[in-house]
Amino acid sequence: MHLAVEKLAARRGDDLIFVDISFYLTGGEALVLTGRNGSGKSTLLRVVAGFLRSEKGSVTFTDSGGRTDQRLSEVSHYLGHRNAMKNELTVAENLDFWRSFLDDGSQAPTASIEDAAEAVGLGGITHLPFGYLSAGQQRRFAFAKLLVANRPIWILDEPTAALDTNAGRLFSALIGEHQRKGGIVLAATHQSLGLSNVQELRMKGFAGAETEIWGA
Amino acid sequence: MALFLRDLKLSVRAGGGALIGILFFLTVVAVVPFGVGPDLNLLSRIGPAIVWIGALLAALLGLDRLFQAERDDGSLDLLLMQETPLVITVIVKCLAHWTATSLPLVIASPLLGLFMNMNETAIGATMLTLLAGSPAITFIGAVGAAVAVALPRGGLLVSILVLPLTIPVLIFGVSATYAAVQEPAPFLPPFLILIALTLFFAVIGPASAALALRNTSD
Repeated sequence: MHLAVEKLAARRGDDLIFVDISFYLTGGEALVLTGRNGSGKSTLLRVVAGFLRSEKGSVTFTDSGGRTDQRLSEVSHYLGHRNAMKNELTVAENLDFWRSFLDDGSQAPTASIEDAAEAVGLGGITHLPFGYLSAGQQRRFAFAKLLVANRPIWILDEPTAALDTNAGRLFSALIGEHQRKGGIVLAATHQSLGLSNVQELRMKGFAGAETEIWGA
Repeated sequence: MALFLRDLKLSVRAGGGALIGILFFLTVVAVVPFGVGPDLNLLSRIGPAIVWIGALLAALLGLDRLFQAERDDGSLDLLLMQETPLVITVIVKCLAHWTATSLPLVIASPLLGLFMNMNETAIGATMLTLLAGSPAITFIGAVGAAVAVALPRGGLLVSILVLPLTIPVLIFGVSATYAAVQEPAPFLPPFLILIALTLFFAVIGPASAALALRNTSD
């Protein structure tokens, strides 16, 4: 299983955010994106996840069986700035919904909802409406969403925002666990996540409007 | 299926707006007799049209939140990512929205028919035409909601975009109802056209909404 990104460039409005980004990840590896605010970390992740069109370049995912026809978004979890959970529903209902919606039909076992809640350190409160929880607790449950459905690739956009150091360590451990199972992780972050087997990509940001990308 | 149940739950929980739609419908229709005056014959003549217009406005009320609520909390990203064709996702969301907001309107319409001094045939016909025509309103509205999903004050824009497109539905809905009451006009042709409109929009509505959602994602 590997993920190859070649010479990716993306544009927002008239400005090129980045050009010529290439990386290659195999199972168990992680890519950490660093760089100052506005340097294009989130944009890169959204291009890779397929929300934004790339200006140039390609993203190819090859699974363990050698198939390359799957779109990357179908095999990925995406944890963005927003938690994708409904305030009106209880945590268990939220997780249950994503579990059945994100189910890929494979037979591999997934964590039960209570186990996933335990894994993020918040067992026993899944009956509460999501909106009652604090920002940090909400973030933890948003992360628990990644555990209830199997996806080989995790795309994480600042996963540790609004979290205390404890939870940060917890997330690092869960991400490490995912890598050990052969998963690929792409994360944009400011804090060090303390991961192993990591490539780092420093985003410089703002390639400028004039850069000629269509040339040879 | 899970999405359908989730959307239903959301719309009956606090802030879901299913109840607001019915209350709005009741209010709009109940106010009309005060404006028109106590002329029972006039009321029963314009009754079906008023009930239809009230239902149309009430159905549009919650439509702008169809995708915007999903976008606000980031769920839309995850819905867009999945291999389930986006069209199916949109259809399921439309059906859930229709069940939660338009179906109660259909059920409440006989009560309002009594307010408007309509006879039994007219009440039955109104209910039947609303049942057949209201899904079309939801499907058209889904397109408007998808186009306006990224706009901060999209609600009004959705209504403005969608109302002109629902005019055919309104015309055939009301004319089928009148045809059931007034003798010479046949009921079936306008009613069949109404059903055809619903089926037509059930196909192109979700397809164009899915297209709009794909292109507005940021």
